[in-house]
Amino acid sequence: MTPLAHYLLVAALLFSIGLAGALTRRNAILVLIGIELMLNAANLNLIAFWRYGPHPEALTGMMFAIFSIAVAAAEAAVGLGLVIQIHRHAHTTDLDAMNRMKG
Amino acid sequence: MQGTIPFTPLTTASPIAEILWLIPALPILASGAMALLKQPKRKSAATLAIGSLSLSLLLALVAFGHVVAGWLHGDAIRETANFTWFQFGATNVELGWVLDPLSAVMLTMVSFVGLLIFIYSIGYMEHDENFTRFFCFLSLFAGAMLGVVIANSLLLLFMCWELVGLTSYLLIGFWYQRPAAAAAAKKAFLVTRVGDVFFLLGIVWLFAQTGTLLFYNGGTGSMEAAALSGLLAQHAALGLTAAGAIGLLIFAGAAGKSGQFPLHVWLPDAMEGPTPVSALIHAATMVAAGVYLVARVYPLMAAGGLAGGTTTALTVVTWVGAFTAVFAALIAVAQNDIKRILAYSTVSQLGYMMAGLGMGGVAVGMFHLITHGFFKALLFMGAGSVIHGCHEEQDVRRMGGLRADMPLTFVTYAIGMLALCGFPIFFSGFWSKDGILEAAEHWSVAKAPFYMLIFGALLTAFYMTRQVSYVFFGHWRGKKPAHESPAAMTVPLAILAFFAMALGAIGTPAWPWFRAFLDGRAAGFDWHGFAEPGLMALMGSSTVVVLIGLGSGWWFYGERASRPEEPDVLEAAAPWPWRWLRDRLYVDELYGGTVVAFYAWWARVSDWLDRRVWGGAVSGVAWAFRGFAQLNRFLDNNWVDGGFDKGCEELASGGGLLARVQNGRVQSYLRLLALAVAVLVAILIWSSRA
Amino acid sequence: MSIAFYLIAALTLAGGLAAVLLKNTVHCALALTVAFAGLALLFLELDAQFAGFAQILVYIGAVAILVVFAILLTRGSETPKDGVYSRNWLAGLFIAAAVFAVLGWAVLQSAGGLPQGAVAAPTVTVLQIGNALVSRYVLPLEIVALLLTAAMIGAVIVAMHEKERQK
Repeated sequence: MTPLAHYLLVAALLFSIGLAGALTRRNAILVLIGIELMLNAANLNLIAFWRYGPHPEALTGMMFAIFSIAVAAAEAAVGLGLVIQIHRHAHTTDLDAMNRMKG
Repeated sequence: MQGTIPFTPLTTASPIAEILWLIPALPILASGAMALLKQPKRKSAATLAIGSLSLSLLLALVAFGHVVAGWLHGDAIRETANFTWFQFGATNVELGWVLDPLSAVMLTMVSFVGLLIFIYSIGYMEHDENFTRFFCFLSLFAGAMLGVVIANSLLLLFMCWELVGLTSYLLIGFWYQRPAAAAAAKKAFLVTRVGDVFFLLGIVWLFAQTGTLLFYNGGTGSMEAAALSGLLAQHAALGLTAAGAIGLLIFAGAAGKSGQFPLHVWLPDAMEGPTPVSALIHAATMVAAGVYLVARVYPLMAAGGLAGGTTTALTVVTWVGAFTAVFAALIAVAQNDIKRILAYSTVSQLGYMMAGLGMGGVAVGMFHLITHGFFKALLFMGAGSVIHGCHEEQDVRRMGGLRADMPLTFVTYAIGMLALCGFPIFFSGFWSKDGILEAAEHWSVAKAPFYMLIFGALLTAFYMTRQVSYVFFGHWRGKKPAHESPAAMTVPLAILAFFAMALGAIGTPAWPWFRAFLDGRAAGFDWHGFAEPGLMALMGSSTVVVLIGLGSGWWFYGERASRPEEPDVLEAAAPWPWRWLRDRLYVDELYGGTVVAFYAWWARVSDWLDRRVWGGAVSGVAWAFRGFAQLNRFLDNNWVDGGFDKGCEELASGGGLLARVQNGRVQSYLRLLALAVAVLVAILIWSSRA
Repeated sequence: MSIAFYLIAALTLAGGLAAVLLKNTVHCALALTVAFAGLALLFLELDAQFAGFAQILVYIGAVAILVVFAILLTRGSETPKDGVYSRNWLAGLFIAAAVFAVLGWAVLQSAGGLPQGAVAAPTVTVLQIGNALVSRYVLPLEIVALLLTAAMIGAVIVAMHEKERQK
């Protein structure tokens, strides 16, 4: 059995990769991809802790992860819908060009 | 001398002595009333002045009569009325007045001559627009002079003395728009001030030593035996006793007021004032105040002198007087202004009086003072009449032949002139001057003053004859014809002329009433008075001297038809001495070069100090303040405001900087978010590690 | 056995890296799918079978497809002229690295206290999950249902064509 720490490290690395993608890519959709990766990393964390926790039969970790998946799906839908709408108006998904909220 | 038994002294105050203060008070009150009058109210002014002085004369006559009555009874009257003015600490400041023969005769003379001059002034100042102001000042002067006469307190005397000086200044500079008059007034005031400083020192010293300000106070006064013996016991510098030193200091004040050398320089310049002023103040009364003062403090000056001998103080008085007599007479020979000749004559005669006081005592000097008062006032008023008649001409070289045009003036003037020269028998000046010469002949210290005074008599006769020849004889050298003066001017002249002759009667050796009256002895009429050894010889020799003077004067100047541009006869003969004499022996120039120059230099130094140093200090302070204010403004503008402004600018630009964070780009917001999360988590973990 | 973990972990990470690094956005979406698959395998490795299959169903089956749809619908000019990375991409990389450093440090710090393995395997059945869903977790279930409804409606409205108001 691999130590818990390894899972956690993998999750952390995946989270960082997803964050890096969200922070450095120009395309709005790729930002959402990064966010999905981050969510997944969090889910991995949850499941890992559930597995290595003292009471795995309590199901808490698993339920948490399942609900997280559901919410992530909803969020992906809405987010991508927004990106599509923005693309309709600005004819681009380049985030650097979208600074109408500049203050 | 007759009657050497002194009278019994009487000192209780009689009613007249109680109200003696009214005599000076009335003219002063009149002066105050006139100060409030408007200038056109001439009649009211004249009425007030003459009325008040007449009342004063009346009271003076009553006082005089009272003292004479006492004298007839064999009482030597000396009544005082003293009171304490105020106290400070343990010292009393006392004022008071005294009625004795000395003050009685002086009161009568001053008020009588003064009244005559007041009446004369109505005519003389008729065309002057400041008539009311003139009488206001004249009244003030009369009141102050009378105050000097009756004063029994050193303080009261000094106060009235200063008031007399003030009114003299006001009256000399009466026509103040003329620069010469204003300068002469200042000069008079300042020169007499020099004397007054010494006088004040003497007063303070006397008060400090004796503890009392009063002359006579029932035994405790400063002129009475107890105080005098105390002063004699004290020794001051130079071998003088305190009495002698104080006496000399007081004499210095008298010398200033009476125009003795070297403080005589103001008197001739004082002729810038109107002629009644010259007559009253600078002939009869104010200048006599100095002589009167010496007579008043005579007990002090004579204290310690052996019978027949003399004290240092009196010796100094004599020498100063004798020198002044000759000095002034010499200068008078070369003067051309009618009033200036008389002014120098006055200085010379005052020297005679001082010498008489020093050598012969109070009675000798005072007799000459009384007679001089009358005939000098007469001469000045006559000169005023001449000036008025010659249309304000004052140079004798432009007059002449007035004997025919102004007969009344000529006759009265001649009488006055002969009295001044000391023409024998019928003229008072002869008797009074002889009294002085007799005292000089018997003076124990030296014979020189006697010869000086004889020489002075010769000069007096000479220059008066010169003057009279120029003015009244020869032919008229002026422009417009002359006319006689109005009655208001000539009547007082006549009255004075009468007295110039008659007063001699009270001082002859046959009936030395005046001397006896002042000394408090009996006197009867006795022809044997003339039998004194050496007396007839003296009278003869003085007559000879007078005749020589008159003769030589007439020989040089009489009946000469000289033109004004021609030099004087003596000038042609001896130009250099003439020039020195005409330029007044350069005493004024000496003063101008030394005292005045020093004063002017000192004034310049003070001005420089004031402007540069003190003024500089003040403006330095002001400059420092301004600099400080500007520094403040700089600080305020640049540092405080600027700092504040800068702070606000930085805030704004900081806000601008911060606003750049809000660039509207989602990713940068996201970056910040992630960074914040990292930082916060790190902090959380770090803090929970411990 | 841990070899399987490392392989799957490598696959997942590779997929994730590819998802953020590739230029072509469709390729990114496909790499994402690979990553999702790797994660599902990891879930299975962790005896969370339901979660693993739910992952496959939802993520790969729905989310990845959605992403691909979105990419295809928003195709404009293919590659932006400035490159695919945004300005200041280094700042973003740095921040991500910082986050990883913090998390890794936290994990490594507490690595000693964490279970090393050999923990009893859970026996979780779908029945149990179902029961739990309607008993203990019924509230979150209902809320998630609401959430999904709202999201669906919202997404439709957001992505709908606007009515042309001005002709």
